[in-house]
Amino acid sequence: MAKLIRDDSGRILFTKEMKEEYTILCPMMLPIHFSLVVEVFRNCGYKMELLTTSGPNIVQEGLKYVHNDTCYPALLVIGQFIDALKSGKYDVDRTALIITQTGGGCRASNYIHLLRKALRKAGFSNVPVISLNLSGLEKNPGFTITLPMIRKTVAAIVYGDALMLLNNQVKAYEIEPGASQALVDQWVHTLSEQFNSGHGYKLSDQKENLAKIVHDFAKIKVNRVPKVKVGIVGEIYVKYASFANNHLEDFLAEQDCEVNVPGLLGFALFKIDNRLDDIRLYGGNPAKFTVVKALFEYVTKLQNTLIEAVKLEPCFLPPTPYEHTKKLVDGVIGYGDKMGEGWLLTAEMLELVETGYENIVCAQPFGCLPNHICGKGMIRKIKEVDDRANIVPIDYDPSATRVNQENRIKLMLAVARENLAAKQVQKQPKKVPVSIT
Amino acid sequence: MKIGLDVGSTTIKCVVLDDNENILYKSYERHYSQIIQKMAELLRKIRTEIVHNENAQVSVSGSAGMGIAQSCDLPFIQEVYATRIATGRLIPDADVIIELGGEDAKILFLTGGMEVRMNGTCAGGTGAFIDQMATLLNLPLDEMNRLAAEHEKIYTIASRCGVFAKSDVQPLLNQGARKSDVSASIFMAVANQTIAGLAQGRVIKGKVVYLGGPLTFLSELRKSFDTALKTEGVCPENSLYYVALGAAYNSEITVDLDTALYNVEHYTGTGNFLSIPPLFNNEEEYRAFEERHSRCKAPRGDIETYRGRAYLGIDAGSTTVKAALIGENGELLDSIYRSNSGNPVPIIRDYLMELYQRHPNLEIAASASTGYGEELLKNAFGLDYGIVETVAHFTAAKTFLPNVDFVIDIGGQDMKCFKIRNGAVDNIFLNEACSSGCGSFLQTFASNLGYDIAEFAKLGLFAKHPVDLGSRCTVFMNSSVKQAQKDGATTEDISAGLSVSVVKNAIYKVIRASSAESLGRNIVVQGGTFLNDAVLRVFEKELGVDVIRPDISGLMGAYGAAVYARRKSAGRTGGSTTLNLEALRNFSHEVKVTSCGMCNNHCRLTINIFDGKRRFIGGNRCEKPVTRRGSGENNLDMYAFKLQTLLEYKPVPGPRGKLGVPMGLNLYELLPFWHTFFTKLGFEVVTSPLSSRSLYIKGQHTIPSDTVCFPAKLMHGHVLSLLDEGVRRIFYPCMSYNFDEHHGDNHYNCPVVAYYPEVISANMGELEDAVFIHDYVGIHRPHDFPIKMHAILGKYFDGISLREVKSAAKAAYAEYYAYLAKIRAKGDEMIAQARKEGRQIIILSGRPYHLDPEINHGINKLITSLGAAVISEDVVSPKVDKFETHVLNQWTYHARLYSAAKYVADQPDMNLVQLVSFGCGVDAITTDEVSEILESEGKIYTQIKIDEITNLGAVKIRLRSLFAALEQ
Repeated sequence: MAKLIRDDSGRILFTKEMKEEYTILCPMMLPIHFSLVVEVFRNCGYKMELLTTSGPNIVQEGLKYVHNDTCYPALLVIGQFIDALKSGKYDVDRTALIITQTGGGCRASNYIHLLRKALRKAGFSNVPVISLNLSGLEKNPGFTITLPMIRKTVAAIVYGDALMLLNNQVKAYEIEPGASQALVDQWVHTLSEQFNSGHGYKLSDQKENLAKIVHDFAKIKVNRVPKVKVGIVGEIYVKYASFANNHLEDFLAEQDCEVNVPGLLGFALFKIDNRLDDIRLYGGNPAKFTVVKALFEYVTKLQNTLIEAVKLEPCFLPPTPYEHTKKLVDGVIGYGDKMGEGWLLTAEMLELVETGYENIVCAQPFGCLPNHICGKGMIRKIKEVDDRANIVPIDYDPSATRVNQENRIKLMLAVARENLAAKQVQKQPKKVPVSIT
Repeated sequence: MKIGLDVGSTTIKCVVLDDNENILYKSYERHYSQIIQKMAELLRKIRTEIVHNENAQVSVSGSAGMGIAQSCDLPFIQEVYATRIATGRLIPDADVIIELGGEDAKILFLTGGMEVRMNGTCAGGTGAFIDQMATLLNLPLDEMNRLAAEHEKIYTIASRCGVFAKSDVQPLLNQGARKSDVSASIFMAVANQTIAGLAQGRVIKGKVVYLGGPLTFLSELRKSFDTALKTEGVCPENSLYYVALGAAYNSEITVDLDTALYNVEHYTGTGNFLSIPPLFNNEEEYRAFEERHSRCKAPRGDIETYRGRAYLGIDAGSTTVKAALIGENGELLDSIYRSNSGNPVPIIRDYLMELYQRHPNLEIAASASTGYGEELLKNAFGLDYGIVETVAHFTAAKTFLPNVDFVIDIGGQDMKCFKIRNGAVDNIFLNEACSSGCGSFLQTFASNLGYDIAEFAKLGLFAKHPVDLGSRCTVFMNSSVKQAQKDGATTEDISAGLSVSVVKNAIYKVIRASSAESLGRNIVVQGGTFLNDAVLRVFEKELGVDVIRPDISGLMGAYGAAVYARRKSAGRTGGSTTLNLEALRNFSHEVKVTSCGMCNNHCRLTINIFDGKRRFIGGNRCEKPVTRRGSGENNLDMYAFKLQTLLEYKPVPGPRGKLGVPMGLNLYELLPFWHTFFTKLGFEVVTSPLSSRSLYIKGQHTIPSDTVCFPAKLMHGHVLSLLDEGVRRIFYPCMSYNFDEHHGDNHYNCPVVAYYPEVISANMGELEDAVFIHDYVGIHRPHDFPIKMHAILGKYFDGISLREVKSAAKAAYAEYYAYLAKIRAKGDEMIAQARKEGRQIIILSGRPYHLDPEINHGINKLITSLGAAVISEDVVSPKVDKFETHVLNQWTYHARLYSAAKYVADQPDMNLVQLVSFGCGVDAITTDEVSEILESEGKIYTQIKIDEITNLGAVKIRLRSLFAALEQ
């Protein structure tokens, strides 16, 4: 069995032996993306398992082991880990955990430390925790992020974004309920198989796969009646993880809305671009700038590939190019606002309004620091820029009640329906079936 | 016919319209959470009496109506939307609607871009809040309204939440403030809270309409809104029914009332609520439990036969006063437990006189007081000792369990608990700010559901499926309870569930224990709430340990004080100074209330005059009003020194004219830097004045996020103050990074400090015709800074050369470092002085902007008045080399905290007290780490939460307990 080796600070290192023997548990955020990313890591030689658990026990464990004033995502992610370790499903002497660390100025960079504190309190202090980051924080001999791994991960994100986007645009209108989700599942399966055999990563593979995906979704039979279109933005975890936002997307679907959740690629580009903007704003190493710029351009190219693929079928609305999204906040909020979702959150709201999803749920954990600024702090300004915006900020935490949240969302929807009806009246003479524009 | 039903959190409203939309019927009733029954009753009545069994068009609205509408297949309309429809019909020229409900507060802007706002997760200032305050004042609502009309002055009361407001209102009452003034102050607080929380930068003007229960019934509340908004709003006819009316107008779907009624009557919950195992599985278990606890009794003596020396302990709490008389062997001879009706003095006088008269053979050999009124009573009756309540409770607990290591007291309004380490009170936990879950919480629910508390608590004992309600604010607990009821939970289940949530709140929110072991195994519980067997049982189950509940659990403070007096007086020569019968006969007590004007804190002073000559002043933070001069001999206060130093950066007239700098957040510490920088460039740097309540109120309507920290909220007022002074150019830069002091892994500002200028820019319309410079600057890169700054300045001003900027920057850096050096030197001097005088040294740790007296509430002065020196964290933090922390040490200001803690850890005469702003997310991380660093070296960690207001009583308890522990 692998020996426990600690570094000078007492942190347990993830060793090369562990890579052979240990199962790495990964917390859930975005089911489609994370399933694919986990496949990438498996393909790179790690035994990894995505936690798909949910339920009140996770919240309970979180409340028990994490400072209750800490943000809700930390509580849930850590609660999910502890719940898993206690479940008896895993050999705790052969289990490691992985968690991301952005290194940004928000509390999120501290999740890993809060996780370790929680593990100590819960009696799992021998479970190694791997930091997944691109900032050079916390190195581990048995876990290194290589360039090919980055490339493959980005590919997985591209596919994830594509499937999420198309699913959202089709699901609300599909004639046969469940057809769209079935297609998502089928493609996740297909892509996983490709990843396992080392395929699907190359740009040419991506182009081919994406085109097929787009055509497949276009084939699903739909009835495009006018529906209220709702965008979801917010703190990344609460925005994406249905467990954290009380199944917001399902609720909106029940309310007969089409949902748009901006993808993960934009966030990745944002985080890379922050490093460039830091240098632009405050000065810095030109060599570093060049390297980061290359990565930025690479990911931008992939986003363009995705956009081009979606454009193959005119019935779909492609993702907004990052550069355009960024331009939308010019004069609204500074590019230096980079902690958490930073200016991107504001930009996504403007982007959604611009693309016809002017009804927006801005989801954040209660007391989320960056979102005091770029979320709630910008709503007034956004309405000034574009008065079509109909935004409701919703706080999520263990004690917020679903009834209260849904009541506020329903208010936003009531206004949205009224606006939609007014639009229909204007459009009536033309008698054209409403398409997504 | 059209029927509109508005099922709210506390009431159910109904309107029936005829085909010409005339009102045929309307009703407004409290539903006491019996929503289904009430709704069925109402529908039945309408069907037979109004609609006469015809079909009608029905719509349901309201927060509690949502779920029912869905499951009973009735059309639903969101309530705010319904309000808008009704207003559109009835008051088409309305501009703004303000509607207060039981748990909701809403503002609708109808003209100039329609917008609707509802209160978020933090729900002070609603009807439930006013109810709570009325209970506290012991007044019916209409009486409260009547009294408010007669008010003469308004006090500052936080309406953020009941817990907070209580800590403002209770001392006011105890100090003899008039109920009329307090009532009016509460209404004003609600108005301010609603505006601050919901206006979010939009000006409320034009025709304002007031709707909903509280605003309909309370004319004085409307007046408070009028005052706050500087307008005269209207409260229209049918103002209670706008939601119901809107629902009725909007009804389009014809519903067969019989079916609807059938659905409602047969609406049973899914039975699908979260539950936990029963508290007791059977009667035997309960009997064994009762038997075990009944054994825990204090020794008793017979006062009628007792002769000789007796010891008196008095515990004057904020709402009750308790006294205990014990004999030589600690036996309890006599006790009282009374409501203090705002003034404990006459109660104790009567008690003492009765004691002397009826038992002439008793000698009061020593006496001690504790609790909120400790000093008042000590002074009034010449008691021998005063002790801090934690020590009193600990002393009492030890008599029941000599090796006690944890004491928890849950009373009606507050919760106190502490750990014992090495025979001294160590970690103290008090419920502060946002924490519910005390006795009054259960009480409120019991009476809402129509039970008295004892009866209600009993119901929970044998509940089959106690509901898991989580732990949350009382206001929102209502909706959880309703949800559970809808899902089929019985009153028994809810009673047990509420007990569970009280306990969970205590353990996980207030104490934040991760396991029973961390609390110790020898636990004494006390306070009125633990008399509730359900709460006690849950507590034992949750911790997995049998605890001790003394039979005098409500008297423990007084009993402890008596035991303390007995111990302290042992072997003493001379008798007790307690007033004798003669003195008590001639006793008189006058109270005058006044505001101290000797500094910015404006303490509310109560001047007590006993027997026409002995004076006692209460309510003061420092010694100034008592001694009539400066803070006496103890000037060892770095907070005062730093503030004074910063105030010396005065405007220097320059050719480039005025430039305003708001004094808040990071600009506090960076003032030497920016002042020098811009003065060198020829600007006259004007700072905003020191914060004050009125400055805060001035800017509150532009705050977009009501949960952001108080220091950030103050920035709005600072910017407005500058504008009001005619400053048209304001400099407030965004700064992701602060100076790198090489103590951490990075040197960020926290997100709020870093980017708050963006919020100011986006939400303060007042800035439109001013120049607001809030670009991103990086002072952490001294080489690049002048170049980047030159470009930024070029956007706003002509003719500033790079050379000028470079030279100004050089001077600015020099000044900043000189300022830091000055602070450190002065700090070292104070430390040396304190050591020479043998004083305790408190490292009062926060952020630089905690210097602001409006933010720290004079806590520094409170500490110096207790005889210790106050040193700021930045004095000692440079003395420590960079070290590994268990968290990512990435914020400049917070890195100082960790370093200061590390330094203090091995200094025997130093202790650290951390100031934590309510809502500061970063401090959720730092507090744990700081306490870990301190406790690893055996130090006591003391945390003080501060917000818009603070509970100075609680602060005093913490500090005095700390000093008491240090003395041992």
